Amino acid sequence: MSDRSANRPRTRLVPVPSKAVIPERDIDKRPILECYHLGIDFGGLTAVNDFNLTIGRTEIAGLIGPNGAGKTTVFNLLTKVYQPTRGTILLDGLDTSKMTTSQINRAGIARTFQNIRLFRELTVLENVLIGLHNEMDYRLAGAVLRLPGYWRAERIARERALELLSIFDLQDLAQTKAGSLPYGAQRRLEIVRALATNPSLLLLDEPAAGMNPSETAELMDNIVRIRDLFQIAVLLIEHDMNLVMGICEGICVLNFGEVIAKGTPDDIKNNPVVIEAYLGKKGGA
Amino acid sequence: MSDIFSQIVNALQLGSIYALVALGYSMVYGIILLLNFAHGDIIMVGAYVTFFAVVNFHLHPLLSMLLAVLVSMLLGVIIEKVAYTPLRSAPRLSLLITAIGVSFLLENGAQLVFGADTKSMTRTPLIPGSVTLFGANVTLAAVYTIVMAILSMAALTFLVQRTKLGKAMRAVSEDMQAAQLMGISLNRTISFTFAVGSALAGIGAVLHIGSYYQASPMMGSMLGLKAFVAAVLGGIGSIPGAMLGGFAIGVIETLVIVAGLSTWKDGVVFAILIVVLLVKPTGILGHPVTEKV
Amino acid sequence: MKEQTGRIRLSMPLRYTINLALTAALWAVPYALIRAGAITSYWEGVMVTVGINVILAVSLNVATGYLGQLPLGHAGFMAVGAYTGGIFMKATPLAALLRAKNTAAALPYVVAALLLSGIVAGIFGLIIGIPALRLRGDYLAIITLGFGEIIRVVLTNVDSLLGFKFTYGAAGLKQVPKISGFTTVYVCVALTCLVIHMVMKSRHGRAILSIRENEIAAESVGINTTYYKVTAFVLSAFFAGVAGCLYGGYLGSLFPATFKFMKSIEILVMVVLGGMGSMLGSVLAATVLTVTNELLRSVGDLRMVFYALLLIVMMIFRPKGLMGTYDFSMSRLLEKGLNRLARRGGKEAAGNE
Repeated sequence: MSDRSANRPRTRLVPVPSKAVIPERDIDKRPILECYHLGIDFGGLTAVNDFNLTIGRTEIAGLIGPNGAGKTTVFNLLTKVYQPTRGTILLDGLDTSKMTTSQINRAGIARTFQNIRLFRELTVLENVLIGLHNEMDYRLAGAVLRLPGYWRAERIARERALELLSIFDLQDLAQTKAGSLPYGAQRRLEIVRALATNPSLLLLDEPAAGMNPSETAELMDNIVRIRDLFQIAVLLIEHDMNLVMGICEGICVLNFGEVIAKGTPDDIKNNPVVIEAYLGKKGGA
Repeated sequence: MSDIFSQIVNALQLGSIYALVALGYSMVYGIILLLNFAHGDIIMVGAYVTFFAVVNFHLHPLLSMLLAVLVSMLLGVIIEKVAYTPLRSAPRLSLLITAIGVSFLLENGAQLVFGADTKSMTRTPLIPGSVTLFGANVTLAAVYTIVMAILSMAALTFLVQRTKLGKAMRAVSEDMQAAQLMGISLNRTISFTFAVGSALAGIGAVLHIGSYYQASPMMGSMLGLKAFVAAVLGGIGSIPGAMLGGFAIGVIETLVIVAGLSTWKDGVVFAILIVVLLVKPTGILGHPVTEKV
Repeated sequence: MKEQTGRIRLSMPLRYTINLALTAALWAVPYALIRAGAITSYWEGVMVTVGINVILAVSLNVATGYLGQLPLGHAGFMAVGAYTGGIFMKATPLAALLRAKNTAAALPYVVAALLLSGIVAGIFGLIIGIPALRLRGDYLAIITLGFGEIIRVVLTNVDSLLGFKFTYGAAGLKQVPKISGFTTVYVCVALTCLVIHMVMKSRHGRAILSIRENEIAAESVGINTTYYKVTAFVLSAFFAGVAGCLYGGYLGSLFPATFKFMKSIEILVMVVLGGMGSMLGSVLAATVLTVTNELLRSVGDLRMVFYALLLIVMMIFRPKGLMGTYDFSMSRLLEKGLNRLARRGGKEAAGNE
């Protein structure tokens, strides 16, 4: 597995804007993601405004907030599904403003979707193989003529795909149609497919949605295991506070499209602004 | 000078018919997001009804026109109930293919039943007579066509903006599920939309045969396609857009004929379609739609 | 041959041999029958027409079944290929070579004509595809319909623009060398299916399928969707062009009116009936419909009504078509059969103990 970070020069300590939290192990390295004053307007509605965030190279970060706060919109901005109206996004120091969604993925950001976007009619294995598309290098002519490069790349990709699937215990379902999998398996498959694209930053949009407590606990372990195995950063959107407080090292709270708090789980847990955003103002004095 | 005026009248006459048909397209697209390929062929049926009513059954022109509009309306509603309702939740591609199938059915069915030849009404015109305006000889048919078109559009705008059914139509086109939750009967609203759209097509049919005296099985196909281009040009889903687009296409087509390039006229209309779709797919007056990810 | 216990898998070289043998047999039998006179030239003509329609259906399936779009201008690409091939072949000494039965000398011209038709059609596919594929669903359908019609109008009228006789417009391009014998057409059909199959069973094919399944997700895993949409479209157009050249080489004359919207719909019916996304489906449907067409030739207009009804009924009751997205593989069929036999043998052996 290629280690992207090894190819990039270690730079000086980056000044950290506002209360972003970078784990100690990443303090001397360039953050994998930096967002400055990111914002987008839809006609008259400002969905996200002045969004600032820094994520360490192997940090597990959380993005939380009440429904409609703009969390998925932030994901869409990061992956260029929407073009930001203002602000900058730096991916490992690289300005992503001119990139398209597929280019962003090739540069190192992979994501899952709130409503699961699998290739339903294709098999589990094929879903992951599509994630490995850019890891294979034979051209159209190579495919038509079935040159040795084709056979080699396909074999390696197949092995890799099964390896990735086994992390989430899905290897036995490799030939099943993705659309016929149970809900939990579909969510896990989406994560595997995202991992197949060899990202440096993994965006997970409500990965625990619809999961019971034991599945959630398993997911939490898996996310940490992925981070440790692949040495990547993870940014997740979640409503399940056990998960968020359990594995996130840094948390960013969004409400009405703006950041209202940032910090460690302990900071956030007791932050009155956050509590008010979720539960409303306390009546009376 | 009178020549130019003549041509302007021709352009407006043609454009009025396109506008009426385009309105039907726009309405149906606005509500169930379907490009009803069969729409043009409803006009063909309306024209044949008029023809047979006047020539074979010797009915009074006004009665024939009414009959044609009624039949068109009925046909549109029947098509919707039989072919499109079962596919309400199917992927859009399936619906489109079905619409193409219905169009083909009507065209070839008509060819089977009426023969492929063109039926002509020149000897018993629907709207006989002409009038002199600005030194040019203008047929009454042209006058009626343009007036009827404008009246129909005004009536339609009133219907959509001021009546309860119109409001229901607008609601359904915005959000089908929310409209249902508000107690709007989806089936009734959609049927009504088809009825109105087809009635307009019927009026268009009557005015078409009144202006050009002919009915043939394939007449609806090209007419429908061009009216569709008009709807796209003006902004599909928009009523003023359909009117604008219709008149624009009528003018452009007349210009091409006047320039002596009449064999190219279909090509020019489609070229306009392509330019619009590439430059501003939502048309002149349409609103852009963003998809939620 | 046995890789793991209990699961028989055929090795790659064996698979290829089986497929090659099958393909050769499918050619050899009819060829022998034609040579022996057991198949009349009328039925040879029907087989040629079937072959041309198979290529048309299979190529349209790439853009509809695999890519998930609905281009309605396929007849336009066929027309481009037909006229390119026709005009080219008329300019070569092919006619004389064919009269002299000099197949060896004629062959390079035939190959060149077919390739040229495909390439020019492919170029049109590129020119039309790049703008058209920026649009979605219905809009793509309409713009391709528009392009198809424009091609037809241009083919009809271009001579007056050029000042000399190029396409001969509505009067028709006549005396096109008749190159479309059974063998030529069969080879083209086999190559078409082979190339498309090879592409689809590769990362490029998977990329195309991913766009059909979920374009936004495909983008998010790094697939350059614009590139693949255009590639699928060009591939589709290329083979339509080849089919067009064969069409001209069969009839010997070409008229722009043949290639109107209705022709595109006829091909679409074949793809829909066979199952969008199944190559075998397209092949079967093209065969069945072409033969039915021939048998119903006497009934004329009723045939078209039947077509239309078929389309509507199919969409309402069985939108997946006959074969759905089933992908045929002789080797897989054999594997299944062999495994079933092995299991039965194993059960018997266990029962005897």
